[in-house]
Amino acid sequence: MADLSRKAAIVGVDESDEIGRVSNKSRMQLASEAAFNALDDAGLGLADVDGLFIAGPSPYSMAEYMGFVPKYTDGTNVGGSSFIIHVEHALSAINSGLMDVALIVHGEAGRSTRAYPGDDPNMSGAQYEDPYGLVIAPHGYALACSRYMHEFGEERTRNALAEIAVATRKWAQLNPKAFMQDPMTVQDYHDSRWISWPFHLFDCCLVTDGGGATVITSAAVAKNTKKKPVWILGSAEGHDHGDGIGQQADLCSTIARETGPRALEMAGLTHDDIDLAMIYDSFTYTVLITLESLGFCGRGEGPDFVANQRTAPGGDFPMNTNGGGLSYCHTGMYGMFLLLEAARQLRGECGDRQVKDAKTCLVNGTGGTLSSTGTLVLASD
Amino acid sequence: MADYNLPVPVPQPESDFYWEKTKAHELWFRKCNACDKAYFYPRDFCPTCHTKDVSWTQSSGKGSIYAFTIVHRSPPPFREVCPYVAALVELENGVRIPTNIVIDDPSPDNLSIGMPVEVVFEDITDEISLPKFKPA
Repeated sequence: MADLSRKAAIVGVDESDEIGRVSNKSRMQLASEAAFNALDDAGLGLADVDGLFIAGPSPYSMAEYMGFVPKYTDGTNVGGSSFIIHVEHALSAINSGLMDVALIVHGEAGRSTRAYPGDDPNMSGAQYEDPYGLVIAPHGYALACSRYMHEFGEERTRNALAEIAVATRKWAQLNPKAFMQDPMTVQDYHDSRWISWPFHLFDCCLVTDGGGATVITSAAVAKNTKKKPVWILGSAEGHDHGDGIGQQADLCSTIARETGPRALEMAGLTHDDIDLAMIYDSFTYTVLITLESLGFCGRGEGPDFVANQRTAPGGDFPMNTNGGGLSYCHTGMYGMFLLLEAARQLRGECGDRQVKDAKTCLVNGTGGTLSSTGTLVLASD
Repeated sequence: MADYNLPVPVPQPESDFYWEKTKAHELWFRKCNACDKAYFYPRDFCPTCHTKDVSWTQSSGKGSIYAFTIVHRSPPPFREVCPYVAALVELENGVRIPTNIVIDDPSPDNLSIGMPVEVVFEDITDEISLPKFKPA
């Protein structure tokens, strides 16, 4: 296969003007604001953009809203991992010569707009899961977590979930944009109410409003943008079941078991070379099994890996340094925000939460119900 | 039954037989004649080896809880029926299906993975009966 490592770069990232509770803006407005902000961050304008990538709204509707005529579009929607996977698709399109500048956008009024999901009756979930009340993400993820607890021990699993929730909140307290700023203790975690046993409230991501956007360009264009490029060293996508939980053969791992090693191999790096990790944290359990699936530790070893606040500020495995979907922002499809923080860390823009000398970042998005993953290995010069 | 307001499955061509049988309070699965294994959900080919040489096989309706969650928070219309138990049940033939466990006062104290369960059918409309499970 062609060597696409370092052939494209992230050159611009940003959120919408506001995130969190933004009840006066639609998802299209949030996405547009983020797009213009990210282009400004890159020192580019909409006229420079060739391709538009979005999950949810159709690309042509998004383009129309923005007042823009794209030459290339990609509406791949595989849940929250979509935007990570769009990066790989942009990398491919840029290196096939079809375009030079890709704009990946996201906006979702996750907090202010809630609608009962109306599934296509042809999809398996509509016939076999929705009627049983497996209707929102916590249900399927919690169900999977019960199996992990059965196989690897309920108490040590529970302690690991608490470690992740508390460590992530500590990062959020260092991020002025984070929605949740109050301190959280391990006891706070255990005392939080049940959402869907075995998940407490603090096992679950936020539901907030917000937009985010990322600009990807060819290496040639990246040399002349405003800030230093963040190179795409490795990428991989994988999908091992559809939207629901019923068809997941192994409830204790994700297809990151394939996308992690493939992305690292493409990058020519190993786990030890990674300075920080941005791991989609729809739920604490998502993080636990993603770390295992990616190969940072073995199956069932996640609880030991995250023990003693290892992923918190000052720990030796900095992870989800923006405060994550658990404490910073989670619009519904959170993957975009992983890219924003990865780029900012690798550019050294993160102030109090800056990971010292961060040169490499592994990003892993998870979509659906543990269904889909996209892994990226990113680096600055 | 008339005021049933939770989602009702809409049978599709490949699942008509499945829902006809549940209406008769029987649980049938697709079976691959080449792999000699039952599978779920129904498709007119085997999702493992992709042969069209498939048949139907009746389940004993007995199995065990493979994984479960006790749902305390759910959007409408499920909000009104919380708490409820959503589970994956593994049948004796190896098939796993999403379902509910019908039990009073669900808690981690009266539910466990591996617990034996057996099928019960809930007639939610004149046409549709949902297979659910109760402790055996």
